[in-house]
Amino acid sequence: MAMGWNRFRKKKDMPSGLWTKCDQCGAMIFKRDMEKRYKVCPECDHHFVLTGPERVELLIDEGTWIEEFAELSATDRLHFVDKVPYTDRIEKTVAKTGRNEAMIIGSGQLGGRPIVLGVLDFAFMGGSMGVIVGEKVTLAIEHAEREKLPLILVTSSGGARMQEGTLSLMQMAKTCNALGRFDSAGGLYISVLTHPTTGGVIASFAPMADMVLAEPGALIGFAGPRVIQTTLKQDLPPGFQRSEFLLEHGQIDRIVSREDLKEEIGRLIDFVKGPVVRAREAKVAEAEG
Amino acid sequence: MTDKSKKSTESNASNASDLEFERPITELEMKIKDLEALSQSSGMNLNGQLNPLKARLDKLIQDVFTKLEPWDRVRVARHKERPLTTDYIQLMIDEWVELHGDRLFGDDPAIVTGLAQMDGERFLLVGHRKGKTTQDKIACNFGCAHPEGYRKALSKMKLAEKFGLPIVTLINTPGAYPGIGAEERGQAQAIAMNILEMSRLRVPIICVVIGEGGSGGALGIGVGDRVNILQYAYYSVISPEGCAAILWKSGDKAPEAAKALRLTADDLQQLALVDQVIPEPLGGAHRDPAGMAQILRDALLAQLRELKRIPTDRLLEERFDKYRNLGNDASVLAPAGTASPADSTSSSSPEKASEESAG
Ligand SMILES: [Zn+2]
Repeated sequence: MAMGWNRFRKKKDMPSGLWTKCDQCGAMIFKRDMEKRYKVCPECDHHFVLTGPERVELLIDEGTWIEEFAELSATDRLHFVDKVPYTDRIEKTVAKTGRNEAMIIGSGQLGGRPIVLGVLDFAFMGGSMGVIVGEKVTLAIEHAEREKLPLILVTSSGGARMQEGTLSLMQMAKTCNALGRFDSAGGLYISVLTHPTTGGVIASFAPMADMVLAEPGALIGFAGPRVIQTTLKQDLPPGFQRSEFLLEHGQIDRIVSREDLKEEIGRLIDFVKGPVVRAREAKVAEAEG
Repeated sequence: MTDKSKKSTESNASNASDLEFERPITELEMKIKDLEALSQSSGMNLNGQLNPLKARLDKLIQDVFTKLEPWDRVRVARHKERPLTTDYIQLMIDEWVELHGDRLFGDDPAIVTGLAQMDGERFLLVGHRKGKTTQDKIACNFGCAHPEGYRKALSKMKLAEKFGLPIVTLINTPGAYPGIGAEERGQAQAIAMNILEMSRLRVPIICVVIGEGGSGGALGIGVGDRVNILQYAYYSVISPEGCAAILWKSGDKAPEAAKALRLTADDLQQLALVDQVIPEPLGGAHRDPAGMAQILRDALLAQLRELKRIPTDRLLEERFDKYRNLGNDASVLAPAGTASPADSTSSSSPEKASEESAG
């Protein structure tokens, strides 16, 4: 037993290992068990960060997903060079993730309901928002408006992308501008905040939804905890800026466990629908006679 | 200039109110003052000496200020004597009624709101307040607003919308306040709400970055039909110091970060992120606050009068279109409306969760 334990412990750092260690409780978890639970620790319920494609798989019925604008790729408008040129960072991230940008958008069915889904992928430069991410969020909003579909946006992001400077900052305005029109038209938008959602994303399109959900234990806040700690020179209260803290302070509607997320979003859509979605359904019903 | 920017970081702690690249200017000014005093006390006519010195001074100021590096400009934007929102209220506004409070939590002094009149034009003024005295500055958190500040701004902007008053915002903040109370009361949500609502308020909105355009805290009162920036102001996604600390792993690299971020007024105009750069008096607004106020007043009056002639529906359509394509590069992205998803759709079945990515 001890030998076996050690053998797996050594293997835990290997990418193809069968076991992994929970960040939160330290338990060794059989990966297949965790994957069955959508990367939630069976011991302590810790929600590991999902990649964008994993999130799509979690929420969209198999075989119904149509991704859009996957070819749009991050561009280096400012010729930004810090320790490394931004173009090198982009290239490396594209090679690592096999994707062109941090935002994935498209349409598909959620439990048989047609929706537009957008997912920010933390694996791509920390899910940061530059011009193309802002553009894709906006394109998703416009798709939902045009096709009269519910809009679901799932975020995990460190904020605006520094390497695109003020261009990134202005994506906050671009996305909210589009949401304003979608909202005025009666569109239904449900936002899902996952770990972590901070900075320019939480200060723009992410909280501007009809209903705001969060996964348990997610870090959600405007300023990063380290920035606040440095500014205030004092310890932060336990649980500060976690989903539970936000719920307690009236900032979100519900905390939803990952295993319930798909069903719960479906239920919310069925409850409210919104004038836009109802109009679509009426039209479809009429066409079907 | 590279040497200068290096020096500039070192001399940050200096108590002198002028920046080190202004010192030759100050010295020459002192010399002129001494000569003038001498001329007055002795009754001698020293114009023969004074006039060339004065000409040299103008040229010196021009030379220094045309060669400013981005980081120097950031420091001009933060200059101790640079006019603030409260100065402009005093120097530029003919009639002023301050309105307080967000009706929810408090009255954030870091954002001032009120009814203003200028040469017969009535409008709502919203501006960041940094504070003049040390006591003021602390009370205003150095211009870093809390959620109640942004909510106060929005509640007054809705008032302006109801009564058809245009809105003028003066932006000057290092950023929104990062603190426990600010997070508890929804700093992010407050800023997001303002950005969204300002995109659809049915009155003209004119924004001016008068000093520091610090990230989301600036944008929280920064969405409008005309976005202006003063010549030596800056507007950035993050402070150069913050950016340097994260990307260069060293706060000392702020001058490099300032350059890379493209945050100067000229950069922003090139990137089509601002509509107009408003020139400052020779050597910056702090050398002539009254002159600056006059220039700003004229620019605002022209825009107020221009915008009020545009029918509301068209105004809102133009505002929407401007923000819809903000930051888009025509060579990469087709303008909105021309791209159809069918042209560029790549279908793919959901990828199986990779066995390797466990967390
Ligand atoms: Zn665990």
